[in-house]
Amino acid sequence: MNNRLLPAVLALVVGLVAGFLLYPMFAGSGDEPAPVVAASDGVDTPAEPAPLPVVESRSTLDLVRERGYVRCGVSQGLPGFSNPNDSGDWSGIDVDVCQAVAAAVFGDADKSRYTPLSAKERFTALQSGEIDVLTRNTTWSLTRDTALGLDFVGVNYYDGQGFMVRRELGVKSVMELDGAVVCTNTGTTTELNVADFFRSNGLAYSIVAFEKSDEVVAAYDAGRCDAFTTDASGLYSERLKLADFNDHVVLPEIISKEPLGPAVRQGDDQWADIVRWSLFAMVEAEELGVTSKNAGDMRTTQNPAIRRLLGVEGAFGQNLGIPNDWAYKIITQVGNYGESFERGVGENTPLGIPRGLNALWKDGGLQYSPPVR
Amino acid sequence: MSSSPQPWNNPKLRAFAIQLAVLFVVGSFVWIVVDNTITNLQRQNIASGFGFLENPAGFGIALTLVEYTEQSSYGRALLIGFLNTLLVAVIGIFIATILGFTLGIARLSSNWLVAKIATVYIEVVRNVPLLLQLFFWYFAVLRALPLPRESLSLLEVAFLNNRGIYVPALLLEGNGLVLGLAAIVGAISAWLITRNAKRKRLETGEIVKGAAFAPLLVFVLPVLAFLIFGMGLKAEVPSLKGFGFKGGWSLIPEFVSLLLALSFYTAAFIAENVRSGILAVSKGQTEAARALGLKPTSVLRLVIIPQALRVIIPPLTSQYLNLTKNSSLAVAIAYPDLVSVFSGTVLNQTGQAVEVIAITMTIYLSLSLFTSLIMNWYNRHMALVER
Repeated sequence: MNNRLLPAVLALVVGLVAGFLLYPMFAGSGDEPAPVVAASDGVDTPAEPAPLPVVESRSTLDLVRERGYVRCGVSQGLPGFSNPNDSGDWSGIDVDVCQAVAAAVFGDADKSRYTPLSAKERFTALQSGEIDVLTRNTTWSLTRDTALGLDFVGVNYYDGQGFMVRRELGVKSVMELDGAVVCTNTGTTTELNVADFFRSNGLAYSIVAFEKSDEVVAAYDAGRCDAFTTDASGLYSERLKLADFNDHVVLPEIISKEPLGPAVRQGDDQWADIVRWSLFAMVEAEELGVTSKNAGDMRTTQNPAIRRLLGVEGAFGQNLGIPNDWAYKIITQVGNYGESFERGVGENTPLGIPRGLNALWKDGGLQYSPPVR
Repeated sequence: MSSSPQPWNNPKLRAFAIQLAVLFVVGSFVWIVVDNTITNLQRQNIASGFGFLENPAGFGIALTLVEYTEQSSYGRALLIGFLNTLLVAVIGIFIATILGFTLGIARLSSNWLVAKIATVYIEVVRNVPLLLQLFFWYFAVLRALPLPRESLSLLEVAFLNNRGIYVPALLLEGNGLVLGLAAIVGAISAWLITRNAKRKRLETGEIVKGAAFAPLLVFVLPVLAFLIFGMGLKAEVPSLKGFGFKGGWSLIPEFVSLLLALSFYTAAFIAENVRSGILAVSKGQTEAARALGLKPTSVLRLVIIPQALRVIIPPLTSQYLNLTKNSSLAVAIAYPDLVSVFSGTVLNQTGQAVEVIAITMTIYLSLSLFTSLIMNWYNRHMALVER
């Protein structure tokens, strides 16, 4: 062989070897049968040859522990739910859920990082593993629970969709909005609910849909549309961004159910349980009267329910795969549900939202935690 | 001694072998990626496949060129988005070309003021990002326009407010098809007359009187048809009812601002292409033409531009493709184009990111290839015929 031939032969051999080596290693672990798949044209999983050792998928808890912090998806700035302040610190009731998970897993609520996501990217970020839990005031719906490969693990805010109009229009009810122009976010349940509502009531409308909430508010403020619609909590929150919020009035009707809550990926039940029970711990704490201030003293109480919650009795944390004082850490560092609510969206904040449906079941609301036992 | 070399010394065979190996590597890579994606989607229980295109959309769209209701399918929404993109791209290309050519020639003008204005415009517009210009046109201009109740009006029949431009709708009482046919007949006859007149002039030097007015047939014949068949025109004036204007024709401000931003931005780039094309024509051509006694405008029109077009058209194709793809910025100002409707709303509602993005990319690729095809044909048409 001479010098001109050697590169050619090498290229051929390398190409063939690379192809055959890469093929089984990257062909995915196609061993488990695919459960529910919504495809209408059958997608064939090609028959796998004898697989070489494949990388096992790690549980989310292991990955989070290894990384050292929890990554949460939050909004791009919604006061009361997830909003950064001037120094870049995030706060809000969604942020509190994220911090609760971090406190449960690591014992330190600061071991959490926040990724701001638009309505378009939020699900893809969770599906792809970029974030561990989505705490982004996301509505729990059937499609999202099934076709997207996600699981909703609780409701941290029971909401509904409302409308906001200029006071000077003199409109008192949503039924007077025939022919109005409505501003909203694109790709959300809001858009669908508006279409349903106006159609079922025989009213005409035209819609202007932006991607970012800031743009929606700016367009509404400029007078481009007559009404601004989103979840009622969002209305109170975005009203703060308007030039003069006394010029605007929120109409009384709520036209849909919007249970907002955290979501995780399907297929990891242990992680789903951890997030679910982190939220429940906060609700249960409020029901039992445990606050961030008195949690330390409460550890010496004789009340068995409180003792079990704070980890003085029982090994419930072990069942979840986290330390037994998980709830104690959550309550002391983040607070119970009521404290979180009051701090984020309560009546002493600029949003001024009453507890309403988000009160405890004992007080006529919907927040109800299964017992910790 | 054999006349053909040994197989491993044969350059053609070697080239073939190497290309085959590379093709195999690339092919396996593509197959691995696709298989990996599909397997992972199934394992995570994410829906896949294109069946979602038949499901009802459930949302409304602000601008629809064909029929669309909330119960139409996602596939229909895709069509609406595509048509909206096409609308803004075609009109944008048209305006940008006219404006670009004007500016390019203006920058070369011997009038100092005209040249300087064109220079300043081009330099400023080229250097500000398109998204910022888009926000400027939409928010800055939008805030300046009045609310519907205080609209600016032209003779009380046309209105301008921050919901859009409203003009009276001209409704035809009669058969529009007949008018269309008349226009087509007019166009064909105009083309035939012009072509024959030109051939006669080139062969015999005789000028056919009235042939210069032949293009007017495109308008004259439909008007004649209109009168002969006794058709009528009804005007529907937009009127303020409730929240806004009803009736008449309207253009939403999202469309207008996107169109203006895209056109003005691309025109600056086209202007520079035009200027370089004109400067590429050797000065001897201008001098010779002037020596023959041609006016400066005739020099430009008859001698310079036809030669400059050979240099202008290839980069012009790129600018047209840029304009088409830049129209996807519509998502920032709520214009319901393909990206906003399909890759935005539909992607979020169905969660099938892979299929939706693949379809969107395919559509943009096809649009771009089609535009390039047409422009390349035009380029070959304009090429110098070498002896």
